[in-house]
Order: sequence, then C-alpha cells, then structure tokens
Amino acid sequence: MHTSTLIILLLGLMSLAYYFGRKRSLSIVGGKIRDLHSLPSYYGMQTAMWCGIPALILLSLWISFEETVVTGIVVESLPQELQSLPPERLDLVLNDVRNLSKGDIVSSTVDQTMQQAADHYSSLMDISHMALFVVALSVAILAGLWARRTITREQRARNRVEKAINFFLLSSSTLAIFTTIGIVLSVLFESMRFFQQIPVTEFLFGLEWSPQTAIRPDQVGSSGVFGSVPLFAGTMLITLIAMIVAVPIGLMSAIYMAEYAGKRFRTLAKPVLEVLAGIPTVVYGFFAALTVAPFFREMGTNIGLTVSSESALAAGVVMGIMIIPFVSSLSDDVINAVPQAMRDGAYGLGATRSETIRNVIIPAALPGIVGGVLLAVSRAIGETMIVVMAAGLSANLSANPLEAVTTVTVQIVTLLVGDQEFDSAKTLAAFALALVLFVITLALNMIALHIVRKYREQYE
Amino acid sequence: MNNQQQHQKTMERVQQGLDRRYRKERHFRWLGLGAIILGLLFVSFLFITIISNGYTAFQQTYVKLEVFYDPEMIAPIGETDTEVLSRANYGGLIKASMRQMFPEVTNRREKKVLYGLISTGAAYELRNAVMSNPSLIGSKAEVWVVADDDVDMLIKGHIDLRLPESDRRIKDNQLGWIHLLQEQDRIEKRFNTTFFTAGDSREPELSGIKGAIAGSFFTLLICLTIAFPVGVAAAVYLEEFAPKNRWTDLIEVNINNLAAVPSIVFGLLGLAVFINFFGLPRSVPLVGGLVLALMTLPTIIIASRAALKSVPPSIREAALGIGASPMQTITHHVLPLALPGMLTGTIIGMAQALGETAPLLMIGMVAFIVDVPGSVMDPSAVLPVQIYLWADSPERAFVERTSAAIMVLLAFLISMNLLAVWLRKKFERRW
Repeated sequence: MHTSTLIILLLGLMSLAYYFGRKRSLSIVGGKIRDLHSLPSYYGMQTAMWCGIPALILLSLWISFEETVVTGIVVESLPQELQSLPPERLDLVLNDVRNLSKGDIVSSTVDQTMQQAADHYSSLMDISHMALFVVALSVAILAGLWARRTITREQRARNRVEKAINFFLLSSSTLAIFTTIGIVLSVLFESMRFFQQIPVTEFLFGLEWSPQTAIRPDQVGSSGVFGSVPLFAGTMLITLIAMIVAVPIGLMSAIYMAEYAGKRFRTLAKPVLEVLAGIPTVVYGFFAALTVAPFFREMGTNIGLTVSSESALAAGVVMGIMIIPFVSSLSDDVINAVPQAMRDGAYGLGATRSETIRNVIIPAALPGIVGGVLLAVSRAIGETMIVVMAAGLSANLSANPLEAVTTVTVQIVTLLVGDQEFDSAKTLAAFALALVLFVITLALNMIALHIVRKYREQYE
Repeated sequence: MNNQQQHQKTMERVQQGLDRRYRKERHFRWLGLGAIILGLLFVSFLFITIISNGYTAFQQTYVKLEVFYDPEMIAPIGETDTEVLSRANYGGLIKASMRQMFPEVTNRREKKVLYGLISTGAAYELRNAVMSNPSLIGSKAEVWVVADDDVDMLIKGHIDLRLPESDRRIKDNQLGWIHLLQEQDRIEKRFNTTFFTAGDSREPELSGIKGAIAGSFFTLLICLTIAFPVGVAAAVYLEEFAPKNRWTDLIEVNINNLAAVPSIVFGLLGLAVFINFFGLPRSVPLVGGLVLALMTLPTIIIASRAALKSVPPSIREAALGIGASPMQTITHHVLPLALPGMLTGTIIGMAQALGETAPLLMIGMVAFIVDVPGSVMDPSAVLPVQIYLWADSPERAFVERTSAAIMVLLAFLISMNLLAVWLRKKFERRW
C-alpha cells in the first residue's frame, strides 16, 4: 500500500514537471515556438522523465535491497549464541522475527530476545520506509527542478526524448530473450544439482520411477528411483491417442471447410469449432474426469473389459478434442495457401473434387500439414491440466490404453505442489523433467517451423 | 473408324469408373461433414454436461426455523457490547429451535444427526443479525437458514434413494425429518447469493467464488499492466525500427519459440526466479501476474505486429514527407491506426491468461484460502485453480459448484472474446 502511494505521488510529480517544463520552454522564447529547437511538449516530457525515472529506479533498488540490509542489521544485534547458529536455523529464527513484527503466528515460543529483535526489525523497517519516502520524493523534485533550469532554446529535447523511448522499445523487445535465458538457466541449474545426485543415464534410461524418498534415514519406504522412461512412455501413449482423435477430425473438417462448405455454413460452423480452442484446459480436465472416464469404464464393463478409472484412453481422447481446432486451423491455412491454379488444372483434367484434394492439394500441402501436426504433438506433450486431473499418478510402463499411466507434466506438478525441501532429489527431479520437456518441445517446434517455412517458399 | 472405336472404348472405360468415382466423392464429402458434425457434437456435449451439472448450484436450499433469541444464551449478564455478542453461542439457539421442532428426538446420537441438517454457517447468520440489531434479543422470529449440503443435494435430487441406507449420505431418519419439514413448507430453494459473495470454504454450502474472482482480477491486472506496454513496445521496435541483422532474427526466433513453450515451464521459471531468487511470497497475484505476463507476451507481440503490418506504408510516407521524425510518425499516426488490432490481440491474450492453471500451480496458488484478497500481495486463488481444487473435493455438492464456477469462467471468456470480435468489427479498416 505504502509503495503504491509513493508511485502515485511520483506520477503526480511527473505531470507537474511536464507542465512546468513546457511552460518554461515557452517563456524562454516569449511564446514564439518556432525559435525553439523542439516542440514545447518535448521539453515538458524531458522534464517529466528527469523527474520520474531516477526516482523510480531508486525506488525499485531500495525495495529489492531493503529486506536484506535490515535483516543484516537485525542479525548483528542478536545475541552471540543466536548469531552462531547454522544458516538454516538462523533463517528460521529470522522468519519468526518477521512474523512476530507483522503480528502473524510464530512457530516457536516468544522470549525476550525475540520480542526485542522483532521490535528492532519493525522500527528499522519503519525508518527505511520513511527514508525511502523522503529520499525518493526529494530526488524527483531536485532532478525535475534541475531539468527545468537547464532548458535552453537550442536544447535538443525531441532527440533526447526519442532516444529514451527508443531505448524502452529496444529493451522491451529483448525481454523475450531474457525470458528464454531465464527458463534455460533456472531449469538447467536445478537439473545439474539433480544430476549430481542421480546419474544422467539412470534418469534417461531407467525403467522405474518412484520418487518417494525417505525423509529420515531410519524411515521405511522406497529410497527413490528416478528412471524417467515410464513417464515418457505414458506421455507418448496419451499423445498418440490424442493425435488419433485430433488429426483425422481436424484435417477432414479443415478440408470440408476449405473445399466444400458454403459461405453460410462456414461462417456458422467455424466459430463454434473455434470455441473448443478457447476453453480452458482445466475445464477439459474436469470433463475428462467427471464424464468421459466413467463413460469409458462403464462401456468397458459392458463388453467385459477392465478399464481403469484413470485410463490413458479418457485423458487422450479429451486431449484430442482440445487439439482438434489447433490442427484444423493450421491445416486450413496451408490448404488455402495452395494456389487455385493447381485445383483448376486438376478439374480441367476431369478429376472429381475428392480426387483433386487427395492427389493434388494434400500432396502440395503435406509439409505444412506435417508441420502443423508436429506443433500439435508438442502441445499435447506439454499439456498439463487434463492429465493432472484425468490420468494416473503412479508410473506404469504399459502400452495398454485402458490402464492408468502417468505423464511428465503430471509428475512435475505432483513433485512441486505442496511443501518440500527445495534441494531434495524429489523436487530437483521436477526440474530435470522440465528440462527434457523444454528440449523436446523446442526441438519439435524448430522442426515444424522449418518444414512450414521451407514449404511456403515453394509457391510464393 | 479405328479412331472412333478407340474413342468409344475410352468413353466406356470412363463411364464404367464414373459411378465408383462419384460414390467415392460422396463418401469423402460425408467424411468431411461427419468430422465437422463430430466436432460440433463435442462442443455441445461439453456445454450440456457442464450446464446440466452446474445450473442447480445457483440455487441453495434454505430451512425455516423458529428461533428464540434467548437472552440467557446470548447475553446472560445483560451486557450487549460487541465483544459479548460476537462470542455468544448462536449454534445453541439453532439447536434449541431444532429440539423444539422435533421433541421426539431425545437420543444423543440422533440429536447430533438432527443438528447436522442445518449448515454450520447458520450460526454466523444469526450472529450477524443480532450484531446489527441487538434489539432482537429476547424476541422470537422465523428465520430462513442455510441447509447442510447433503440436504441440499437431496432436495435437488442428486441423491439416489434406491441405494441401501448405509451407502447414502442421507439416512432414513433424516429423510423422515426432511419430509416433515417439507410438509410444513419449511424448506425452500432460493437464489444462491453465498456463491457470489463468499470465499472458499470446506463446507460446500458456504463456499463461493468471490475470492477466486478477486484473485483473478488482481492477477490479470498485473499481467495487463506489464504485458500490454512491453508487448506493444516490442512489436513497434521489431516492426518499425529494428535493423535487419542477426540480433533481430534472434529476438524473432525467441518470440516464436516462447509462444510454443509448455505453460508449466513458465511456472517453473516463476518458481525459480521470482520466488526462490527474488524472494517474493508464494501464491500472491503479483507473482502469478508476472508469470502470466511472460506467457502472454508472445501472443500480444505477434498480434500487435500483424496490426502494425496492416497499416499501409503510404501513411508513414506522408508523415515523413511533411517532416515528422520516425518516432513522431509512429506515435502520432501508425500507433493510433494499429491500436484496435493490438487491443484485440491483448484481449485474446488476457482471455488465455484467465483460463491458465498449470503455471499458477507451480507458484503455490493452490493453497486453501478463505479470505477475499484485497491487494496484489495477499495470498489468493484464481478462478481456474478454484475449479481445479473443487474438482478434487469428494463432496457431491462440490461437483455442481465446480460446474457453476466453470460456467462463470466461460461466461467471462466468452464476453472477452465477443468484445475482441466487436472491437475488430467496429474499427477494422480496409485500405
């Protein structure tokens, strides 16, 4: 709340600075704008930037280091026996101090020193907040005043403002790169720590997955086996079922929409099919678990088959339904990209429509369709909510779609949801799985984009 | 002669094959139509399932009780300050009223079952009534209170009475009491306001989606304030200013790849960077919004670039021709013309973010949170996560609440998409 007040105050100051900067530039030239280098509003903007940006940078730096500095001071003021605790214990104590100062529930008993430390902590925080308030506002005012003073008639205000905007544009566009780097680094670091405990070969080729590790050394329970083959087999099985559902339906509906359907039918049916793409995956998951899975189980019992209530079939079919619009819109694009001349040529030779489609259009559009299917596969592999809600939890190396299998994403979720130590092999395994998932989907995308691009060049 | 014979022979062969070919043509066509109809069937089946499961959740069963606001139990010493009033035993009032209505129930165990017909939330209703109007004390009043979720399910017909008693959540003696109440017109279904005004709860009849909606709102707010300016800025840079070099290519490849990275990986990024590295708290909308912003950024950038591309070069040339700087050309002329397209893309990106669940599970937004969040730093759930949590709950009453929450979520999504379509229709310009 406190920070947001400060930000609002700073924004107010910025608009004031804009007003005064603009006024100043006008008064320098006595109202004759053509004597100025830039338009008056640029002088205003320049002043506002000087007023706001240094203060905002200061604010963000202050907030990110405030906690560390204050905690450091509090630690120094703690009695010697607390200071010499190992870092994890000290962290616990500090956490208690923080909670105590906020009035939250504390895990250990509150004694004199704790109470003192908490008071110290909250008073330091108060001082820091006050100081930030004063410093940030004075920086803003001083910088704004300075910028206003330095306005001259030759000052190249527009160029400076445009340079600043350009810098903002450039840095925004590099955020995508930083996101990718962030993903790679965060996943890679934790995976490396995992592979220090579990050899890579065991992870990639092991046939057994049972991540339950004993917390105490004397505890009965499995010691944790991290062989990821069953997970990938399960993922592949569900993806395969999804593709068996999605590819024929998606492709055929795209063909019908593009080649047969009249305009009215298309404008009616296409948006309805696209609704499927907009439905959140958690809804599909609920649908799979509540309706589709029991339906398959009933059907199985009627014909004498035992179908698990978390069968790969249910999750796969629902995932396939989810992917139908994805396949159909991608194939629609490539089918429409096939030049009309090729169709006309085939019709001129006496081919029927379906013969044209099968012998001319599909072969011409094949690379694009394959690319689209690969993108759909990568989506299915990375899909989480449907399988979390409808597929099984225990690893089961099986190719039978009626049994319960688990997938990579399900395991990532189950390993990371809930409270765990962050550096146990169990949680680190989730990052290793995510690394493999990221690499696989990235590779699939690269291949798909490459195929699509190569194909497009043929007709343009 | 020979030539003509040849021709006839060919025609014969063509004629022979024609039936087969036309049949194949028809089959192919039916196959296509069948695929579309199957797709449409899936859509309608999905909606019918959700709606038929969920529409009952908008009603809630209430029971009429005759409550005597016993001064002995509320304020035994005669003091009526808020402290005393808020701590009084209102559950006791309800129990007393139930005992009065069913005097034949004397067995301790049966009594407990009898009290179970009324939700534990009823006591809070009485408390609120007394707190806002202390003059009620000592009076007798007829009060409609919320029934327990099992009673609610029975009234709505979700409990199969053909099952043996031991398999049912409602036992035979409870059935008898409920019939008695029904005969006296003491049971009624009303519009379920709790569903829209309460946070999560372990009791289905007291749970609502207000907390989740507030959480979704704050999360989307953060997501929008970050993703929209940054996305538009990145699109403008790439489309208008970027030189054609390797660096630009790298950025473009990155954006395209990020668009296809599984959403759960973004959750891991949020966990590792925002929570473990920067030390932000778990399960707050701020972190959720940041993660979703990174996730929707590619969508917004791609849509904004398409919008910028559709502005014809003549606009830029005209502006440059009369002496505008490149930046002025963009900010004064190109951006306003491209803005509707950018907004459409942003709304679609926001709709995507609103429905996203997996990355939020990773940053701890699955906690059970009763309070309605008041700021971006309060722990909260979001609507899809609430759906996920309720879908995991065993109570039958949560099934209909899950479906109802899904209906609310879909209503939001559909209206966002309609808004996007409307924006596109209204501001679309053909050059």
